[in-house]
Amino acid sequence: MNPFAYLRAPDASSAMSARLRTPGAQYIAGGTNILDLMKDDVERPALLIDINSLELSRIDARDDGVLLGALARMSDVAAHATIRARFSAVAMALDETASPQLRNMGTIGGNLLQRTRCAYFRDPATACNKRVPGSGCGAIGGENRTHAILGTSDRCIATHASDLAVALVAFDAIVHIVSSQGMRTVPIRAFYRLPEATPQLENTLAPGELIAGVFLPFPPFPARSTYIKVRDRAQYEFALSSAAVTVSMQSGMIAAVDFALGGIATVPWHVPAAAASLIGQTPSTERLENAATTALEGTRGYGQNDFKIVLARRTLIRALAAVTA
Amino acid sequence: MTQPLIGKAYDRVDGPDKVTGRAKYAADNALAEMVYAVVVPSAIASGRILDIDDGPASRASGVLAILTHRNAPRVDPRKNKENEADLYLLQNDAVLFDRQPVAVVVATTFEQATHVANLLRLRYEQTEPQLNMQSAKRFVPEKIFDKPGTFTRGIPIAALANSSHRVAATYTTPTEHHNPMEPHATIARWDAGRLTLYDSTQWPFGVRQRMASVFGIEGGKVRVVSPFVGGAFGSKGTAWSHVALTAMAAKVVGRPVRLVLTRPQMFGWVGHRPQTEQHVQLGAGNTGALQAVTHDVVSETSIIDEFVEPCGVFSRDLYAVRNYSMSHTLARLNVSKPTYQRGPGESTGSFAMESAMDELAYDLKMDPLELRLRNYADTSPDDGLPYSSKRLRECYTRAADRFGWSGRNAEPRSMRDGTDLIGLGMATASRSVHRAAASARFVYAPDGTLTISSATIEQGTGSPTVYAQLASELLDIPLDRVHFVWGSTDLPFAPIAAGSQTSGSLGSVVVAGATRLRDRLATGENIPSAGIVLDVSDEPTKDEAEYATQAFGAHFVEVRVDANFGTVKVERVVSAFDGGRILNAKTANSQFVGSIVWGIGMALFERTQFDSRSARIMNANLGEYLVPTNADIPDIDVSMIESDDRHVNPAGVKGIGEVGITGCAAAIANAVYNATGIRVRSLPIRPENLL
Repeated sequence: MNPFAYLRAPDASSAMSARLRTPGAQYIAGGTNILDLMKDDVERPALLIDINSLELSRIDARDDGVLLGALARMSDVAAHATIRARFSAVAMALDETASPQLRNMGTIGGNLLQRTRCAYFRDPATACNKRVPGSGCGAIGGENRTHAILGTSDRCIATHASDLAVALVAFDAIVHIVSSQGMRTVPIRAFYRLPEATPQLENTLAPGELIAGVFLPFPPFPARSTYIKVRDRAQYEFALSSAAVTVSMQSGMIAAVDFALGGIATVPWHVPAAAASLIGQTPSTERLENAATTALEGTRGYGQNDFKIVLARRTLIRALAAVTA
Repeated sequence: MTQPLIGKAYDRVDGPDKVTGRAKYAADNALAEMVYAVVVPSAIASGRILDIDDGPASRASGVLAILTHRNAPRVDPRKNKENEADLYLLQNDAVLFDRQPVAVVVATTFEQATHVANLLRLRYEQTEPQLNMQSAKRFVPEKIFDKPGTFTRGIPIAALANSSHRVAATYTTPTEHHNPMEPHATIARWDAGRLTLYDSTQWPFGVRQRMASVFGIEGGKVRVVSPFVGGAFGSKGTAWSHVALTAMAAKVVGRPVRLVLTRPQMFGWVGHRPQTEQHVQLGAGNTGALQAVTHDVVSETSIIDEFVEPCGVFSRDLYAVRNYSMSHTLARLNVSKPTYQRGPGESTGSFAMESAMDELAYDLKMDPLELRLRNYADTSPDDGLPYSSKRLRECYTRAADRFGWSGRNAEPRSMRDGTDLIGLGMATASRSVHRAAASARFVYAPDGTLTISSATIEQGTGSPTVYAQLASELLDIPLDRVHFVWGSTDLPFAPIAAGSQTSGSLGSVVVAGATRLRDRLATGENIPSAGIVLDVSDEPTKDEAEYATQAFGAHFVEVRVDANFGTVKVERVVSAFDGGRILNAKTANSQFVGSIVWGIGMALFERTQFDSRSARIMNANLGEYLVPTNADIPDIDVSMIESDDRHVNPAGVKGIGEVGITGCAAAIANAVYNATGIRVRSLPIRPENLL
């Protein structure tokens, strides 16, 4: 931990202007991620701008969907009746995230911006292109059991850590962003960036911009959804592999379906063609397996994480079978 | 003068102090003028320090001292009589393992000290670390725990060759770090050449002895205070480097200094369970009678010191087998010095031996419990000595009945529930009994209250409760009139609270003291105003050496394995133990349950991950170093077998802090085999092993 200044921002515009005029400033909401990184000497913010006073914590059930305020606590969203009834994969993903204590503090916006658990990113004694661009990737050829098999580059194979984001991608949620120019929206499916040559750039937020909320549109048909998470222990552990699936069944046929994969990729993994191949079909083992094959095209193991190629496939098939049964 | 075989389940006497925060742990002490030290751990595991840039650090606010190998006061621990090679006291530029202390900074506040530590820039010359037990320098240690590490009885190789059924397999266990909830912490203060230490330790007198040696002063000039310890499990058995570094810093700045390790530093210089590679061979005839057992162990040690994980202790005298051999070899790696961890040797050794027994049972098509009963040892197979007591047979029966073992289908993959495969497994638990000389002062006051004092510690096991309870029962004094005082070197000598030996050692002192006090009271003498004062000591007798002394137990486990994902859930654990006399049913149950929880962690989760290129530990935190969560722990059903042991020691107790972990990982691995047909010989068992 290093010395830093602290500012409690009364509103979004003062938070953003403080951020833009102070080099090395960072926002803090629940603090469940940045405080760890500061203790590990990974983040050294000169100024922490506390945004907890901003009026962004509402969970607003509307006619066309639910708007989750960026500062809504994960535990409150998971307990919300409409979320549980209409977006059960979101509630399940939240329920299976971290621990009750962390869910009570962690916010929706913060969860989407959490940094990877890659041990090299979190250890300044090692090489990491995400932490220090150009320094190399310790995980390639190193301890990479929990690392990504999709969306990797020769610069970075760090897994995206969020469960929530995986479920939001399956539901095609919209991220509401506030900037000094006003509000803008971006589909969550376009929010994250692949590491490619610049793993330090993780999303499409411009400097100073704040996530204001996330809009979850109601699916056009009555839908069932599930989130299946495979991990090393029963609680307080990140996914080795996960799948969020939402489906509408009509007379035994798949009328609509979408899904995303987590724990195995550098961003929440979404392959539109894989889901599309199932629409209009009656579910069968072969069709679900074919969809999984399409979804997992291009996987690459790095040694210790080779088993995830099989595990991810089985996770997706289990989730698809569960909601189409 | 009688005491029950299973003592009443009294609540612990220190409970209210703990839940209200009145109980003071080492770092809770705030001394006048106290300042704060932070250790800088090395960023490399092998090499030397080339350069230290302390410019920005030395100008930071609050900084009082920056100690490095360039300016630290000279001590030469290796010249002292005790083996102190494992102390890293900034005496030279060599770096031998990851997170070795390479500097200590002192500042007015903890936050300032942490910042100063971050500002210090060290440049290293890195050499290739050795992390591979195959290619490392190996050697055979002369002794393990003062006994030969290599031992043979009979002619095991010939007997193996003549056996109709053989198992030969290699089992491995990983490096594991203790991670007690309370990190190591020390406060040091010097007053005119006298050193006071508030330290989180399992052995106040051991800390005194070692610090006296390091600083070249008489033991009587070192006072160590350590009443409450927030878990230790062997990692606080010795005074590691930071204790001496804190005292050194206090000397340099001339003020009391507090130092608390961070969680990542808990993976540094405070010990760990070494990784092992164990080759086990079993030979048996068609009836299942063991003809031969061999157990060859390689374990890691550090570059300049040695610690042996004595796995063979478990296999040597558990079953009735005439032909036996064991060996222990050490491999020098760039790791810190390993040390005792809950059930040293017997936890790791039992994984190999009891897994091999299960493999033999399958080879013989014999029930694994039946195989163990056919090889039941009624006297020690090692030296023919009678057991002081042995109720292992009753442990098997009680636990098997409560578990419903007789209904098991031995065929792998025969039991299913949806996508889950169900498996049942069992294993034997066994732990050698230790005891050491101990002493206490008894003061019986005219008002009928009894105060017993001794320099032991309370690390969560309930010691203060059980000694008061034992004296209360022996003397028929109400429990609330017996006070136990503990936790500093101002009190009579107590041995290290480790090796499950404390209740046998100090309990025997309490028995001796109660006997003497009863005799004094029987004379009808007037009790002086200062009370009746008795200084009591007790130590192991020759009579005790006439017996083999062991605690025993048996585990029966049910697991569910997701057939698609390979994830393992322990569904039930039913265990029974012969721990001799049980002093308090409640605290004893907690010891057994806690050991089994650790066994589940050992089987499924715990593993220190090293980067194989740099020997850097990559999971030095409790997010990535996995231990079981509550959700991973099933109902644990523990039975304590009534055991009247007149020979093990005067207290009749065998020590129960560690026997519960022995055999536990094997029982789980055996259940996983029953569920899946996959024999996992390398811990921890993880999804990729079962896909």
